[in-house]
Amino acid sequence: MKATVMSLVCLALLAGSPLRNGYEVGDNATDFKLKNVDGRMVSLSDYKAAKGFILIFDCNTCPYSKAYNSRIIALNKKYSSQGFPVIAINANDPDVSPGDSFVNMVSEAKKKEYDFPYLVDKTQEIARTYGATNTPHVFVLNKDGGTLKVAYIGTIDDNARDASAVTRKYVEDAVDALLSGKPVPTLKTKAIGCGIKWRNS
Amino acid sequence: MAQTAQLVKLEKLETLIHAKNDHIQVINFWATWCAPCVKEMPLFEKLNLERKDVKVVLVSMDMDLDPDAQKIEKFIARKGIHSSVIILNERNPNLWINKIDKNWSGALPATLVINGMNGKRMFVERELHEGELEKLIEEVK
Repeated sequence: MKATVMSLVCLALLAGSPLRNGYEVGDNATDFKLKNVDGRMVSLSDYKAAKGFILIFDCNTCPYSKAYNSRIIALNKKYSSQGFPVIAINANDPDVSPGDSFVNMVSEAKKKEYDFPYLVDKTQEIARTYGATNTPHVFVLNKDGGTLKVAYIGTIDDNARDASAVTRKYVEDAVDALLSGKPVPTLKTKAIGCGIKWRNS
Repeated sequence: MAQTAQLVKLEKLETLIHAKNDHIQVINFWATWCAPCVKEMPLFEKLNLERKDVKVVLVSMDMDLDPDAQKIEKFIARKGIHSSVIILNERNPNLWINKIDKNWSGALPATLVINGMNGKRMFVERELHEGELEKLIEEVK
């Protein structure tokens, strides 16, 4: 019996990321309570006046996160005052990726002068619930009455290498559309990136 | 003797993926900056040396972030890689990730195991460990 269970577990592992469900556009997004780099707990419900959020699963160590870092800071500068603040979440397991420890997150946020929360998803539960796979992985959330709905999932734009050569700004296009009550032009995109460093089970 | 890496477009990679032949292909998507990719690389090298019925192709995705192909060549020389290495030279991954595998988010590492005789395939998006490649190969037989 034990052997059967073990082989089932192996099969599940072999079939790819075992918990790969996560959100699709249109789903209701869950709130959370996660620790910020300033030590305080942050929830989406703290933002009473927000119209939505630019939720980004990010980290310190991934070269794509580094390439997009200033673009993420710029997103918050542009959209927090319009009701769509950036909320960054680091779900990487610090045992697998020591550069993503809480201490390193605190110093990264300080060095880059983050003016948005940079939260730790220690149990990785939020990353799994949302279906985040890589960093940076963006979920644009839109407040719809009492609920938060997923309005866009994917990458920030179409050129990781060179911000000046971007032709499609997927996240900005999504938020601009939500702000003006229009349909989001591109609902979902994919990008090459660093896989989230899941805890070894 | 380390291989030299050829720059390829998506079309070439798709031809490789859909080829009908008499062997099993193990196609690994990696990048020099990706720590888990580098960590699992010896498993692919071992497979390439030991299994004559399996062809290993390591596809570098480095160009998406950094156009310096020499850096990849230096890496494979330094590591003494024997498996065949190609460098995908394409931009805007959103347009082609699904053509490689619709289950792929784009995160690295990722591995595709394809049986060129019956078309069966397995796709895994995570770091592989000792013994797992052999199991994936059995799955497509």
